[in-house]
Amino acid sequence: MIGVLALQGAFRMHCEALARCGVEAAEIRTAEQLERCHALVVPGGESSTMANLLNTFDLIDPLRSKLAAKMPVLGTCAGMILMAKTISDGQPDQLCFDAIDLAVRRNGYGRQVDSFEADLDIAVVGQPPVRAVFIRAPMVENVGTRVEILAEFDQVPVLCRQDNILVSSFHPELTEDDRIHELFIQMVAQSEV
Amino acid sequence: MASNNENPSTAVDSGQSGNAGASGRVEGSPRVKRGLAEMLKGGVIMDVVTPEQAKIAEDAGAVAVMALERVPADIRKDGGVARMSDPEMIEGIKAVTTIPVMAKARIGHFVEAQILQALGVDFVDESEVLTPADEAHHIDKFAFTVPFVCGATNLGEALRRISEGACMIRSKGEAGTGNVVEAVRHLRSIVGDIRKIGQADEAELFEWAKQLRAPLPLVQEIAETGKLQVPMFCAGGLATPADAALAMQLGAEAVFVGSGIFKSADPAPRAKAIVEATTNYNDAAILAKVSRGLGAPMTGIGMDDIDVRLADRGW
Repeated sequence: MIGVLALQGAFRMHCEALARCGVEAAEIRTAEQLERCHALVVPGGESSTMANLLNTFDLIDPLRSKLAAKMPVLGTCAGMILMAKTISDGQPDQLCFDAIDLAVRRNGYGRQVDSFEADLDIAVVGQPPVRAVFIRAPMVENVGTRVEILAEFDQVPVLCRQDNILVSSFHPELTEDDRIHELFIQMVAQSEV
Repeated sequence: MASNNENPSTAVDSGQSGNAGASGRVEGSPRVKRGLAEMLKGGVIMDVVTPEQAKIAEDAGAVAVMALERVPADIRKDGGVARMSDPEMIEGIKAVTTIPVMAKARIGHFVEAQILQALGVDFVDESEVLTPADEAHHIDKFAFTVPFVCGATNLGEALRRISEGACMIRSKGEAGTGNVVEAVRHLRSIVGDIRKIGQADEAELFEWAKQLRAPLPLVQEIAETGKLQVPMFCAGGLATPADAALAMQLGAEAVFVGSGIFKSADPAPRAKAIVEATTNYNDAAILAKVSRGLGAPMTGIGMDDIDVRLADRGW
């Protein structure tokens, strides 16, 4: 079962995108619900709010052990921040899970007035380009050697993968182009082989 | 909700083409502006008047803060003309928070909005809480890169604001009262009419548009999708975790809490409890747990005891 972390943010839009791909996703708010997941989407929203609520609802350790057990995760925007190894410009000691070897800068692309959409060529999903929406997006500043860069914008990585973890600084759930979700569903299927 | 962003109605799509550059880069498109509203869903936006309050709000899990000089309860008490906050005060709050910062402009005061955009605020609230600057016109919100939220008491008002480019609608409620009754009235009216329009036939939609004084294409779009074109949040009079959960169960997608937090006896735990209640609005066991021992909420006011109805402002 694919779960979508539903503490806050664009979780319903991820559920709708997965539904269009033929996958019925579950909204995840408790440790029991998380325990039943084989894969998880961590949506966009406010990363500091989500970190706070993960702590309040005792989800940090359960999520850590799921990640240690190689559960596939798609993290978009705030989800990328939570999966990263280190965060700059976040809150002091802001929570991240070190699930992918990335250093990210929170709101690295600027504030909302600097937010934008643009075309991205992404070889793994083919043509046409993906219309990517960046909302107060995190910027990848450092990439570990085990990380595969799947897409760049202005020479900066914006879609990255390491083993079972796929993260984007943009929001694939804000368009009806579901190829990033399909890519994740393939990763989930392969992880279960 | 994706269809909202993917197929904006003609009325919403027009007027804002943004600045296409390399790789088709566009800022301030309807999708980019509504995108931030999507990210705030399921969250709590808190009114703050100092950087210290902004930190308390952020630490409690607020998804955004509304920077203003006086909370609505004080604006109500002080009387006089209420205007956009001092830029210095807004910048002080921006400097200490990592979450989005919103600020209010007077209804129709597009220059205040221009100033707020220049300051880099993340969302402008064209708000009835401030004294209106124009008695006939709201701001042309398509002219801006920054997204706007506007208040509404009913669906017609919501659709007029969307036709002017609002990217988020909030119920007006009755700000600064600590009384949720008006917000409930507004939410029920908006959600109820959306439901009725969903069952109307083609011919009836013309009458709906006339009754609501709203553009027909927007009414037809609601008939087709069964939902408002932009995210709908609740504001105005919320004071407790239960109030927030009530708004969410009635169909709001996130909540604004104004005076309710920093006019209560113990703001930090109340702020945190309201955040937790908004996430788990359907779980009564959690609501019972987070509602315990929060100290006194703000003292509310009954609707018969107020002189000025802020919700009547706007056209």
